[in-house]
Amino acid sequence: MVVLAAFFPQFTQNQYYLGVAFQAEMLMCLALGLNIVVGYAGLLDLGFAAFFAIGAYTTGILSTKEHWSILASIAPGVVIAVICALIIGFPTLRLRSDYLAVVTLGFGEIIQTIAINLNQTGGPTGIYAIPAFSIGSIVVNSNAGYYYVFLILVIIFALFSTRLRYSRLGRAWLCIREDEDAAKAMGINISHYKLYAYMFGAVLGSITGSLYAPALTAISPASFGFSESLLIVMAVAIGGLGSVWGVMFGAAVVEIFPEVFRQFAQARLLIFGILLVFLMVMRPRGLFPERAFQGLGARLRSRFFKSIDPAALIVSDGVKTSGPRAEEP
Amino acid sequence: MTAVLEIEHLTLRFGGVNALNDLSLQIDQKALHAVIGPNGAGKTSFFNCLTGYYRPTSGVARFQGSDITGLGAAKVAALGIRRTFQNIRVFPKMSVLENVLAGGHLRATANLLSITVGGPGFRQSERELHKEAMASLEFVGLADQFNNLAGDLPYGMRKRMELARVLIANPIVVLLDEPAAGVSSVEREELSRVIRRIHDNGTCVVMIEHDVDLVMEIATEVTVLDHGRIIASGLPEEVRNDAEVIRAYMGRDRK
Repeated sequence: MVVLAAFFPQFTQNQYYLGVAFQAEMLMCLALGLNIVVGYAGLLDLGFAAFFAIGAYTTGILSTKEHWSILASIAPGVVIAVICALIIGFPTLRLRSDYLAVVTLGFGEIIQTIAINLNQTGGPTGIYAIPAFSIGSIVVNSNAGYYYVFLILVIIFALFSTRLRYSRLGRAWLCIREDEDAAKAMGINISHYKLYAYMFGAVLGSITGSLYAPALTAISPASFGFSESLLIVMAVAIGGLGSVWGVMFGAAVVEIFPEVFRQFAQARLLIFGILLVFLMVMRPRGLFPERAFQGLGARLRSRFFKSIDPAALIVSDGVKTSGPRAEEP
Repeated sequence: MTAVLEIEHLTLRFGGVNALNDLSLQIDQKALHAVIGPNGAGKTSFFNCLTGYYRPTSGVARFQGSDITGLGAAKVAALGIRRTFQNIRVFPKMSVLENVLAGGHLRATANLLSITVGGPGFRQSERELHKEAMASLEFVGLADQFNNLAGDLPYGMRKRMELARVLIANPIVVLLDEPAAGVSSVEREELSRVIRRIHDNGTCVVMIEHDVDLVMEIATEVTVLDHGRIIASGLPEEVRNDAEVIRAYMGRDRK
Protein backbone atom coordinates (compact mmCIF):
# COMPACT_ATOMS: atom_id res chain seq x y z
CA MET A 1 0.00 0.00 0.00
CA VAL A 2 2.83 2.37 0.94
CA VAL A 3 4.66 1.39 -2.27
CA LEU A 4 1.51 2.03 -4.26
CA ALA A 5 1.18 5.43 -2.63
CA ALA A 6 4.84 6.21 -3.29
CA PHE A 7 4.50 5.74 -7.05
CA PHE A 8 1.05 7.23 -7.41
CA PRO A 9 2.24 10.43 -9.16
CA GLN A 10 4.15 8.28 -11.68
CA PHE A 11 0.94 6.55 -12.75
CA THR A 12 -1.04 9.63 -13.32
CA GLN A 13 -0.32 13.04 -14.77
CA ASN A 14 -3.86 14.06 -13.98
CA GLN A 15 -3.62 17.09 -11.72
CA TYR A 16 -7.16 16.55 -10.48
CA TYR A 17 -6.37 13.07 -9.14
CA LEU A 18 -3.19 14.41 -7.58
CA GLY A 19 -5.11 17.24 -5.98
CA VAL A 20 -7.67 14.88 -4.45
CA ALA A 21 -4.90 12.57 -3.21
CA PHE A 22 -3.13 15.54 -1.65
CA GLN A 23 -6.33 16.63 0.11
CA ALA A 24 -6.78 13.08 1.39
CA GLU A 25 -3.24 13.07 2.79
CA MET A 26 -3.82 16.37 4.49
CA LEU A 27 -7.00 15.10 6.09
CA MET A 28 -5.13 11.97 7.20
CA CYS A 29 -2.59 14.14 9.02
CA LEU A 30 -5.33 16.12 10.74
CA ALA A 31 -7.28 12.97 11.58
CA LEU A 32 -4.16 11.42 13.13
CA GLY A 33 -3.78 14.55 15.24
CA LEU A 34 -7.41 14.56 16.34
CA ASN A 35 -7.21 10.82 16.97
CA ILE A 36 -4.89 11.50 19.90
CA VAL A 37 -7.49 13.77 21.50
CA VAL A 38 -10.71 11.95 20.59
CA GLY A 39 -9.56 8.42 19.84
CA TYR A 40 -6.98 7.91 22.57
CA ALA A 41 -8.04 10.21 25.38
CA GLY A 42 -11.76 10.22 24.56
CA LEU A 43 -12.13 14.01 24.64
CA LEU A 44 -14.59 15.08 21.97
CA ASP A 45 -13.12 18.09 20.18
CA LEU A 46 -15.28 19.89 17.61
CA GLY A 47 -12.87 22.77 17.04
CA PHE A 48 -9.79 20.95 15.89
CA ALA A 49 -9.49 23.00 12.70
CA ALA A 50 -8.41 25.86 14.99
CA PHE A 51 -4.99 24.27 15.48
CA PHE A 52 -4.75 23.67 11.75
CA ALA A 53 -5.51 27.38 11.25
CA ILE A 54 -2.93 28.44 13.84
CA GLY A 55 -0.21 26.53 11.99
CA ALA A 56 -1.29 27.79 8.58
CA TYR A 57 -1.60 31.43 9.64
CA THR A 58 1.64 31.48 11.61
CA THR A 59 3.49 30.17 8.59
CA GLY A 60 1.55 32.43 6.24
CA ILE A 61 2.33 35.58 8.20
CA LEU A 62 5.95 34.78 8.99
CA SER A 63 6.79 33.72 5.43
CA THR A 64 5.12 36.63 3.61
CA LYS A 65 5.70 39.51 6.02
CA GLU A 66 8.89 38.45 7.80
CA HIS A 67 10.34 36.32 4.99
CA TRP A 68 10.97 33.32 7.19
CA SER A 69 11.52 29.99 5.49
CA ILE A 70 8.54 27.63 5.73
CA LEU A 71 10.57 25.08 7.67
CA ALA A 72 11.60 27.64 10.31
CA SER A 73 8.04 28.85 10.69
CA ILE A 74 6.79 25.45 11.80
CA ALA A 75 8.31 25.84 15.29
CA PRO A 76 6.57 29.10 16.28
CA GLY A 77 3.30 27.65 14.94
CA VAL A 78 3.73 24.64 17.19
CA VAL A 79 4.51 26.83 20.20
CA ILE A 80 1.42 28.99 19.67
CA ALA A 81 -0.73 25.90 19.11
CA VAL A 82 0.50 24.31 22.34
CA ILE A 83 -0.20 27.51 24.26
CA CYS A 84 -3.71 27.58 22.80
CA ALA A 85 -4.14 23.90 23.66
CA LEU A 86 -3.35 24.72 27.27
CA ILE A 87 -5.72 27.71 27.19
CA ILE A 88 -8.56 25.52 25.93
CA GLY A 89 -7.44 22.58 28.05
CA PHE A 90 -7.35 24.09 31.53
CA PRO A 91 -10.94 25.31 31.82
CA THR A 92 -12.35 22.16 30.20
CA LEU A 93 -10.58 19.61 32.40
CA ARG A 94 -13.70 18.91 34.40
CA LEU A 95 -16.06 18.81 31.45
CA ARG A 96 -17.19 15.63 29.79
CA SER A 97 -18.67 14.71 26.41
CA ASP A 98 -21.41 17.13 25.31
CA TYR A 99 -20.21 20.08 27.37
CA LEU A 100 -16.67 19.64 26.18
CA ALA A 101 -17.90 19.46 22.58
CA VAL A 102 -19.70 22.79 22.94
CA VAL A 103 -16.67 24.56 24.42
CA THR A 104 -14.26 23.23 21.77
CA LEU A 105 -16.74 24.19 19.07
CA GLY A 106 -16.73 27.71 20.47
CA PHE A 107 -12.94 27.74 20.48
CA GLY A 108 -12.90 26.80 16.78
CA GLU A 109 -15.30 29.62 16.01
CA ILE A 110 -13.23 32.12 18.00
CA ILE A 111 -10.07 31.30 16.06
CA GLN A 112 -11.90 31.63 12.74
CA THR A 113 -13.47 34.93 13.81
CA ILE A 114 -10.08 36.26 14.86
CA ALA A 115 -8.68 35.31 11.46
CA ILE A 116 -11.52 37.16 9.70
CA ASN A 117 -11.21 40.33 11.75
CA LEU A 118 -7.51 40.81 12.29
CA ASN A 119 -5.53 42.95 9.84
CA GLN A 120 -2.42 40.83 10.22
CA THR A 121 -4.28 37.75 8.99
CA GLY A 122 -5.59 39.54 5.91
CA GLY A 123 -9.22 39.59 7.00
CA PRO A 124 -11.75 37.59 4.99
CA THR A 125 -9.46 37.42 1.94
CA GLY A 126 -6.68 35.78 3.92
CA ILE A 127 -3.02 35.61 2.98
CA TYR A 128 -1.73 34.98 -0.52
CA ALA A 129 1.61 34.58 -2.31
CA ILE A 130 2.99 32.28 0.34
CA PRO A 131 6.42 31.11 -0.86
CA ALA A 132 7.16 27.49 -1.70
CA PHE A 133 8.36 24.95 0.81
CA SER A 134 12.07 24.29 0.51
CA ILE A 135 14.77 22.32 2.23
CA GLY A 136 18.23 23.55 1.23
CA SER A 137 18.25 23.78 -2.55
CA ILE A 138 15.22 21.56 -3.05
CA VAL A 139 12.20 23.70 -3.76
CA VAL A 140 8.81 22.02 -3.78
CA ASN A 141 6.53 23.78 -6.22
CA SER A 142 4.44 21.14 -7.97
CA ASN A 143 1.37 19.18 -6.97
CA ALA A 144 3.38 15.98 -7.12
CA GLY A 145 5.98 17.57 -4.87
CA TYR A 146 3.49 18.43 -2.16
CA TYR A 147 1.95 15.02 -2.58
CA TYR A 148 5.30 13.58 -1.49
CA VAL A 149 5.82 16.08 1.32
CA PHE A 150 2.47 15.11 2.80
CA LEU A 151 3.06 11.43 2.17
CA ILE A 152 6.17 11.67 4.34
CA LEU A 153 4.23 13.66 6.91
CA VAL A 154 1.47 11.03 7.05
CA ILE A 155 4.04 8.28 7.59
CA ILE A 156 5.82 10.23 10.33
CA PHE A 157 2.52 11.03 12.07
CA ALA A 158 1.34 7.43 11.84
CA LEU A 159 4.56 6.07 13.33
CA PHE A 160 4.54 8.77 15.99
CA SER A 161 0.91 8.04 16.92
CA THR A 162 1.66 4.34 17.14
CA ARG A 163 4.62 5.01 19.34
CA LEU A 164 2.58 7.19 21.68
CA ARG A 165 -0.19 4.63 21.79
CA TYR A 166 2.12 1.87 23.00
CA SER A 167 3.88 3.95 25.63
CA ARG A 168 2.73 4.71 29.14
CA LEU A 169 1.34 7.94 27.75
CA GLY A 170 -0.98 6.10 25.37
CA ARG A 171 -2.02 3.63 28.01
CA ALA A 172 -2.83 6.46 30.42
CA TRP A 173 -4.97 8.15 27.75
CA LEU A 174 -6.91 4.97 27.07
CA CYS A 175 -7.44 4.42 30.78
CA ILE A 176 -8.90 7.93 31.06
CA ARG A 177 -11.14 7.24 28.08
CA GLU A 178 -12.31 3.91 29.49
CA ASP A 179 -12.82 4.79 33.15
CA GLU A 180 -11.55 7.96 34.81
CA ASP A 181 -12.09 6.75 38.37
CA ALA A 182 -10.23 3.52 37.79
CA ALA A 183 -7.48 5.47 36.02
CA LYS A 184 -6.96 7.47 39.20
CA ALA A 185 -6.49 4.23 41.12
CA MET A 186 -3.57 3.48 38.79
CA GLY A 187 -1.95 6.68 40.02
CA ILE A 188 -2.61 8.47 36.74
CA ASN A 189 -2.86 12.24 37.10
CA ILE A 190 -5.97 12.82 34.99
CA SER A 191 -5.50 16.58 34.46
CA HIS A 192 -1.92 16.26 33.26
CA TYR A 193 -2.68 13.54 30.77
CA LYS A 194 -5.71 15.32 29.36
CA LEU A 195 -3.54 18.37 28.75
CA TYR A 196 -0.87 16.21 27.13
CA ALA A 197 -3.52 14.86 24.75
CA TYR A 198 -4.57 18.37 23.73
CA MET A 199 -0.94 19.39 23.32
CA PHE A 200 0.08 16.49 21.11
CA GLY A 201 -3.07 16.88 19.02
CA ALA A 202 -2.34 20.59 18.63
CA VAL A 203 1.25 19.90 17.56
CA LEU A 204 0.19 17.55 14.76
CA GLY A 205 -2.61 19.90 13.67
CA SER A 206 -0.33 22.90 13.59
CA ILE A 207 2.46 21.19 11.63
CA THR A 208 -0.11 20.09 9.06
CA GLY A 209 -1.29 23.69 8.79
CA SER A 210 2.23 25.03 8.39
CA LEU A 211 2.80 22.78 5.38
CA TYR A 212 -0.69 23.30 3.99
CA ALA A 213 -0.14 27.05 3.60
CA PRO A 214 2.73 26.81 1.08
CA ALA A 215 1.04 23.94 -0.74
CA LEU A 216 -1.96 26.14 -1.55
CA THR A 217 0.07 29.39 -1.64
CA ALA A 218 -3.03 31.16 -0.32
CA ILE A 219 -5.13 30.65 2.80
CA SER A 220 -8.40 32.19 3.88
CA PRO A 221 -10.57 31.83 7.00
CA ALA A 222 -13.14 29.82 5.05
CA SER A 223 -10.81 26.80 5.05
CA PHE A 224 -10.73 26.58 8.84
CA GLY A 225 -14.36 26.68 9.83
CA PHE A 226 -16.67 24.31 11.64
CA SER A 227 -17.20 22.23 8.49
CA GLU A 228 -13.49 21.46 8.37
CA SER A 229 -13.51 20.43 12.05
CA LEU A 230 -16.51 18.25 11.39
CA LEU A 231 -14.78 16.61 8.43
CA ILE A 232 -11.86 15.66 10.68
CA VAL A 233 -14.17 14.26 13.35
CA MET A 234 -15.96 12.30 10.64
CA ALA A 235 -12.72 10.82 9.36
CA VAL A 236 -11.83 9.64 12.86
CA ALA A 237 -15.31 8.29 13.62
CA ILE A 238 -15.71 6.51 10.29
CA GLY A 239 -12.30 4.94 10.41
CA GLY A 240 -12.40 3.84 14.01
CA LEU A 241 -11.63 5.81 17.16
CA GLY A 242 -8.13 5.16 18.41
CA SER A 243 -7.06 3.09 15.42
CA VAL A 244 -4.18 4.58 13.43
CA TRP A 245 -4.98 2.49 10.33
CA GLY A 246 -8.65 3.22 10.77
CA VAL A 247 -8.45 7.00 10.92
CA MET A 248 -6.18 7.12 7.87
CA PHE A 249 -8.65 4.99 5.97
CA GLY A 250 -11.51 7.12 7.29
CA ALA A 251 -9.80 10.28 6.06
CA ALA A 252 -9.36 8.75 2.62
CA VAL A 253 -13.04 7.78 2.50
CA VAL A 254 -14.25 11.21 3.61
CA GLU A 255 -12.09 12.96 1.02
CA ILE A 256 -12.35 10.64 -1.95
CA PHE A 257 -15.93 9.43 -1.70
CA PRO A 258 -17.66 12.73 -2.54
CA GLU A 259 -15.24 13.15 -5.47
CA VAL A 260 -16.06 9.72 -6.89
CA PHE A 261 -19.74 10.62 -6.87
CA ARG A 262 -19.20 14.02 -8.43
CA GLN A 263 -21.33 12.98 -11.41
CA PHE A 264 -24.39 13.05 -9.17
CA ALA A 265 -23.73 16.75 -8.66
CA GLN A 266 -25.99 18.13 -5.94
CA ALA A 267 -27.14 14.71 -4.76
CA ARG A 268 -23.67 13.42 -3.93
CA LEU A 269 -23.51 14.84 -0.43
CA LEU A 270 -26.99 13.50 0.21
CA ILE A 271 -25.88 10.02 -0.87
CA PHE A 272 -22.77 10.37 1.23
CA GLY A 273 -24.82 11.41 4.23
CA ILE A 274 -27.20 8.47 3.92
CA LEU A 275 -24.27 6.05 3.58
CA LEU A 276 -22.70 7.57 6.68
CA VAL A 277 -25.84 7.01 8.70
CA PHE A 278 -25.94 3.37 7.57
CA LEU A 279 -22.26 2.95 8.36
CA MET A 280 -22.66 4.29 11.86
CA VAL A 281 -25.65 2.02 12.47
CA MET A 282 -23.91 -1.10 11.18
CA ARG A 283 -20.40 -0.42 12.39
CA PRO A 284 -20.71 2.01 15.29
CA ARG A 285 -17.06 1.64 16.18
CA GLY A 286 -15.85 2.53 12.70
CA LEU A 287 -14.67 0.60 9.68
CA PHE A 288 -11.45 -0.54 11.28
CA PRO A 289 -11.86 -0.48 15.05
CA GLU A 290 -8.87 -0.45 17.33
CA ARG A 291 -8.02 -4.11 17.23
CA ALA A 292 -8.92 -4.84 13.62
CA PHE A 293 -5.32 -4.99 12.49
CA GLN A 294 -4.02 -6.33 15.73
CA GLY A 295 -1.93 -9.16 14.32
CA LEU A 296 -0.45 -7.11 11.51
CA GLY A 297 -0.06 -4.09 13.76
CA ALA A 298 1.87 -6.05 16.35
CA ARG A 299 4.18 -7.49 13.72
CA LEU A 300 4.89 -4.07 12.23
CA ARG A 301 5.46 -2.64 15.68
CA SER A 302 7.96 -5.29 16.61
CA ARG A 303 9.75 -4.53 13.36
CA PHE A 304 9.89 -0.78 13.87
CA PHE A 305 10.22 -0.45 17.60
CA LYS A 306 11.79 -3.79 18.50
CA SER A 307 8.93 -4.11 20.93
CA ILE A 308 8.63 -6.84 23.47
CA ASP A 309 6.93 -10.13 22.69
CA PRO A 310 4.86 -10.85 25.81
CA ALA A 311 4.28 -14.46 24.78
CA ALA A 312 8.01 -15.10 25.16
CA LEU A 313 7.82 -13.94 28.75
CA ILE A 314 5.44 -16.68 29.86
CA VAL A 315 7.44 -19.02 32.01
CA SER A 316 4.75 -21.63 32.38
CA ASP A 317 1.04 -21.94 31.80
CA GLY A 318 0.50 -22.56 35.45
CA VAL A 319 1.16 -20.29 38.37
CA LYS A 320 4.70 -19.49 39.32
CA THR A 321 5.73 -20.07 42.88
CA SER A 322 7.24 -16.63 43.25
CA GLY A 323 5.32 -13.43 42.78
CA PRO A 324 6.31 -10.01 41.51
CA ARG A 325 7.72 -9.05 44.87
CA ALA A 326 9.94 -12.10 45.06
CA GLU A 327 13.06 -10.39 43.71
CA GLU A 328 13.13 -8.07 46.69
CA PRO A 329 15.05 -9.17 49.76
CA MET B 1 3.52 -3.87 66.01
CA THR B 2 3.91 -1.21 63.37
CA ALA B 3 0.67 0.26 62.20
CA VAL B 4 0.80 1.06 58.49
CA LEU B 5 -2.65 2.63 58.55
CA GLU B 6 -3.89 4.70 61.46
CA ILE B 7 -7.42 5.96 61.27
CA GLU B 8 -8.59 8.41 63.90
CA HIS B 9 -12.15 9.62 64.43
CA LEU B 10 -12.98 9.33 60.76
CA THR B 11 -16.45 10.71 60.02
CA LEU B 12 -18.20 11.03 56.70
CA ARG B 13 -21.58 12.70 56.33
CA PHE B 14 -23.81 12.88 53.27
CA GLY B 15 -26.38 15.50 54.18
CA GLY B 16 -27.98 14.18 57.34
CA VAL B 17 -26.71 10.65 56.89
CA ASN B 18 -23.70 9.52 58.83
CA ALA B 19 -22.02 7.10 56.44
CA LEU B 20 -19.06 6.80 58.77
CA ASN B 21 -19.26 7.74 62.41
CA ASP B 22 -16.10 8.37 64.39
CA LEU B 23 -14.08 5.41 63.13
CA SER B 24 -10.77 4.76 64.83
CA LEU B 25 -8.67 1.82 63.78
CA GLN B 26 -5.07 0.75 63.46
CA ILE B 27 -4.00 -1.74 60.85
CA ASP B 28 -0.70 -3.52 61.16
CA GLN B 29 1.67 -3.96 58.21
CA LYS B 30 1.58 -7.71 58.76
CA ALA B 31 -2.20 -7.93 58.93
CA LEU B 32 -4.72 -9.51 56.63
CA HIS B 33 -7.52 -7.37 57.88
CA ALA B 34 -11.13 -8.10 57.00
CA VAL B 35 -13.87 -5.48 57.22
CA ILE B 36 -17.31 -7.02 57.43
CA GLY B 37 -20.78 -5.75 58.14
CA PRO B 38 -24.30 -5.67 56.74
CA ASN B 39 -25.11 -3.83 53.51
CA GLY B 40 -24.96 -0.08 53.95
CA ALA B 41 -22.70 -0.34 56.97
CA GLY B 42 -20.19 2.04 55.37
CA LYS B 43 -17.51 -0.44 54.32
CA THR B 44 -17.02 0.88 50.81
CA SER B 45 -17.31 4.48 52.04
CA PHE B 46 -14.49 3.66 54.43
CA PHE B 47 -12.34 2.44 51.54
CA ASN B 48 -13.25 5.48 49.45
CA CYS B 49 -12.12 7.76 52.28
CA LEU B 50 -8.81 5.95 52.61
CA THR B 51 -8.07 6.02 48.86
CA GLY B 52 -8.96 9.63 48.18
CA TYR B 53 -12.27 9.08 46.39
CA TYR B 54 -14.19 10.71 49.23
CA ARG B 55 -13.01 13.48 51.47
CA PRO B 56 -14.01 12.64 55.04
CA THR B 57 -16.06 15.26 56.91
CA SER B 58 -13.67 15.05 59.82
CA GLY B 59 -10.97 12.81 61.22
CA VAL B 60 -7.54 11.79 60.06
CA ALA B 61 -6.14 8.86 58.12
CA ARG B 62 -2.39 8.31 58.33
CA PHE B 63 -0.30 6.07 56.14
CA GLN B 64 3.14 5.20 57.52
CA GLY B 65 2.80 8.12 59.86
CA SER B 66 1.93 10.80 57.30
CA ASP B 67 -1.49 12.32 56.84
CA ILE B 68 -3.26 11.18 53.68
CA THR B 69 -6.69 12.67 54.46
CA GLY B 70 -7.94 14.69 51.52
CA LEU B 71 -5.17 13.68 49.13
CA GLY B 72 -6.41 12.93 45.61
CA ALA B 73 -6.95 9.34 44.51
CA ALA B 74 -3.96 9.39 42.17
CA LYS B 75 -1.65 10.69 44.90
CA VAL B 76 -2.80 8.03 47.36
CA ALA B 77 -2.19 5.36 44.73
CA ALA B 78 1.28 6.78 44.14
CA LEU B 79 2.11 6.37 47.83
CA GLY B 80 1.58 2.63 47.58
CA ILE B 81 -2.03 2.12 48.59
CA ARG B 82 -3.81 0.26 45.83
CA ARG B 83 -7.38 -0.90 45.64
CA THR B 84 -9.82 -2.98 43.68
CA PHE B 85 -13.45 -2.05 43.17
CA GLN B 86 -16.61 -3.74 44.32
CA ASN B 87 -18.15 -3.68 40.85
CA ILE B 88 -14.84 -4.42 39.10
CA ARG B 89 -13.45 -1.52 37.10
CA VAL B 90 -11.41 -2.95 34.26
CA PHE B 91 -10.53 -1.00 31.12
CA PRO B 92 -12.71 -3.08 28.79
CA LYS B 93 -11.29 -2.03 25.41
CA MET B 94 -7.70 -2.65 26.43
CA SER B 95 -6.00 -6.01 26.46
CA VAL B 96 -5.44 -7.86 29.72
CA LEU B 97 -1.73 -7.15 29.45
CA GLU B 98 -2.33 -3.44 28.88
CA ASN B 99 -4.63 -3.27 31.85
CA VAL B 100 -1.84 -4.62 34.01
CA LEU B 101 0.73 -2.36 32.36
CA ALA B 102 -1.53 0.57 33.22
CA GLY B 103 -1.36 -0.56 36.84
CA GLY B 104 2.39 -0.14 36.59
CA HIS B 105 1.97 3.35 35.16
CA LEU B 106 4.08 4.98 37.87
CA ARG B 107 6.83 2.39 37.58
CA ALA B 108 7.42 3.22 33.92
CA THR B 109 10.21 5.71 34.20
CA ALA B 110 10.34 6.90 30.59
CA ASN B 111 9.73 10.66 30.50
CA LEU B 112 7.87 12.60 27.83
CA LEU B 113 11.00 13.33 25.86
CA SER B 114 12.21 9.76 25.65
CA ILE B 115 8.71 8.59 24.69
CA THR B 116 8.36 11.10 21.89
CA VAL B 117 11.83 11.09 20.37
CA GLY B 118 12.68 7.55 21.32
CA GLY B 119 15.75 6.20 22.92
CA PRO B 120 17.12 3.31 24.90
CA GLY B 121 15.55 4.57 28.13
CA PHE B 122 12.06 4.17 26.74
CA ARG B 123 12.64 0.69 25.40
CA GLN B 124 14.37 -0.46 28.56
CA SER B 125 11.59 0.80 30.79
CA GLU B 126 8.91 -0.76 28.58
CA ARG B 127 10.68 -4.11 28.51
CA GLU B 128 11.00 -4.23 32.28
CA LEU B 129 7.38 -3.24 32.74
CA HIS B 130 6.24 -5.96 30.34
CA LYS B 131 8.23 -8.52 32.30
CA GLU B 132 6.67 -7.39 35.56
CA ALA B 133 3.20 -7.39 34.02
CA MET B 134 3.59 -10.95 32.77
CA ALA B 135 4.92 -11.99 36.17
CA SER B 136 1.88 -10.44 37.85
CA LEU B 137 -0.43 -12.21 35.43
CA GLU B 138 1.28 -15.50 36.12
CA PHE B 139 0.93 -14.83 39.82
CA VAL B 140 -2.84 -14.75 39.46
CA GLY B 141 -2.84 -17.51 36.84
CA LEU B 142 -3.87 -15.41 33.84
CA ALA B 143 -0.67 -15.34 31.78
CA ASP B 144 -2.26 -17.20 28.87
CA GLN B 145 -5.02 -14.55 28.66
CA PHE B 146 -2.69 -11.59 28.15
CA ASN B 147 -3.78 -10.78 24.62
CA ASN B 148 -7.55 -10.94 25.18
CA LEU B 149 -9.64 -7.85 25.66
CA ALA B 150 -10.31 -7.30 29.35
CA GLY B 151 -13.98 -6.72 28.54
CA ASP B 152 -14.22 -10.24 27.08
CA LEU B 153 -12.98 -12.00 30.22
CA PRO B 154 -15.44 -13.88 32.38
CA TYR B 155 -16.25 -12.34 35.73
CA GLY B 156 -13.91 -14.39 37.91
CA MET B 157 -10.96 -13.77 35.63
CA ARG B 158 -11.63 -10.04 35.66
CA LYS B 159 -11.40 -10.14 39.42
CA ARG B 160 -8.04 -11.83 39.22
CA MET B 161 -6.89 -9.43 36.52
CA GLU B 162 -7.77 -6.55 38.81
CA LEU B 163 -5.53 -8.17 41.41
CA ALA B 164 -2.67 -8.46 38.92
CA ARG B 165 -3.14 -4.78 38.08
CA VAL B 166 -2.77 -3.94 41.75
CA LEU B 167 0.22 -6.19 42.28
CA ILE B 168 2.40 -4.82 39.50
CA ALA B 169 2.61 -1.56 41.45
CA ASN B 170 4.34 -3.33 44.35
CA PRO B 171 1.88 -1.79 46.78
CA ILE B 172 2.48 -1.53 50.50
CA VAL B 173 -1.22 -1.78 51.32
CA VAL B 174 -3.84 -3.47 49.16
CA LEU B 175 -7.53 -2.72 49.70
CA LEU B 176 -9.81 -5.35 48.20
CA ASP B 177 -13.50 -4.54 47.93
CA GLU B 178 -15.39 -7.84 48.02
CA PRO B 179 -12.84 -9.97 46.14
CA ALA B 180 -14.93 -13.13 46.36
CA ALA B 181 -18.38 -11.66 45.65
CA GLY B 182 -20.23 -13.51 42.94
CA VAL B 183 -17.52 -15.94 41.96
CA SER B 184 -17.85 -19.70 41.68
CA SER B 185 -16.54 -21.96 44.43
CA VAL B 186 -13.57 -22.96 42.25
CA GLU B 187 -12.72 -19.32 41.55
CA ARG B 188 -13.18 -18.57 45.23
CA GLU B 189 -10.52 -21.12 46.17
CA GLU B 190 -8.19 -19.62 43.57
CA LEU B 191 -8.81 -16.10 44.88
CA SER B 192 -8.31 -17.01 48.50
CA ARG B 193 -5.02 -18.68 47.57
CA VAL B 194 -3.89 -15.58 45.65
CA ILE B 195 -4.90 -13.23 48.48
CA ARG B 196 -3.08 -15.33 51.01
CA ARG B 197 0.04 -15.30 48.88
CA ILE B 198 -0.08 -11.52 48.48
CA HIS B 199 -0.21 -11.36 52.26
CA ASP B 200 2.65 -13.85 52.63
CA ASN B 201 4.80 -11.64 50.42
CA GLY B 202 4.64 -8.97 53.11
CA THR B 203 1.87 -6.79 51.71
CA CYS B 204 -0.75 -5.53 54.11
CA VAL B 205 -4.16 -6.68 52.85
CA VAL B 206 -7.40 -5.03 53.91
CA MET B 207 -10.51 -6.59 52.44
CA ILE B 208 -14.22 -6.07 52.56
CA GLU B 209 -15.90 -9.43 52.32
CA HIS B 210 -19.36 -10.85 52.82
CA ASP B 211 -18.22 -14.45 52.69
CA VAL B 212 -17.81 -15.09 56.41
CA ASP B 213 -16.27 -18.53 55.86
CA LEU B 214 -13.55 -16.99 53.70
CA VAL B 215 -12.95 -14.27 56.27
CA MET B 216 -12.64 -16.76 59.14
CA GLU B 217 -10.34 -18.86 57.02
CA ILE B 218 -7.75 -16.30 55.93
CA ALA B 219 -8.11 -13.09 57.96
CA THR B 220 -5.81 -12.37 60.89
CA GLU B 221 -7.97 -9.50 62.18
CA VAL B 222 -11.59 -8.64 61.66
CA THR B 223 -13.42 -5.34 62.07
CA VAL B 224 -17.19 -5.27 62.02
CA LEU B 225 -19.04 -2.15 60.89
CA ASP B 226 -22.68 -1.39 61.39
CA HIS B 227 -24.35 1.92 60.59
CA GLY B 228 -20.96 3.56 60.06
CA ARG B 229 -19.66 2.50 63.46
CA ILE B 230 -17.16 -0.10 64.55
CA ILE B 231 -19.06 -2.56 66.70
CA ALA B 232 -16.26 -5.07 67.13
CA SER B 233 -12.63 -5.50 66.20
CA GLY B 234 -10.13 -8.23 66.95
CA LEU B 235 -9.20 -11.80 66.17
CA PRO B 236 -11.64 -13.73 63.99
CA GLU B 237 -12.68 -16.09 66.80
CA GLU B 238 -13.32 -13.23 69.22
CA VAL B 239 -15.42 -11.38 66.70
CA ARG B 240 -17.34 -14.48 65.72
CA ASN B 241 -18.52 -14.93 69.30
CA ASP B 242 -19.25 -11.28 70.00
CA ALA B 243 -22.86 -10.90 70.99
CA GLU B 244 -23.35 -7.53 69.29
CA VAL B 245 -21.86 -8.82 66.05
CA ILE B 246 -24.18 -11.78 66.04
CA ARG B 247 -27.11 -9.47 66.63
CA ALA B 248 -26.16 -6.92 63.96
CA TYR B 249 -24.61 -9.05 61.30
CA MET B 250 -26.09 -12.52 61.54
CA GLY B 251 -29.61 -11.29 62.15
CA ARG B 252 -30.81 -12.09 65.64
CA ASP B 253 -29.54 -13.81 68.70
CA ARG B 254 -29.50 -17.53 68.07
CA LYS B 255 -30.15 -19.60 71.19
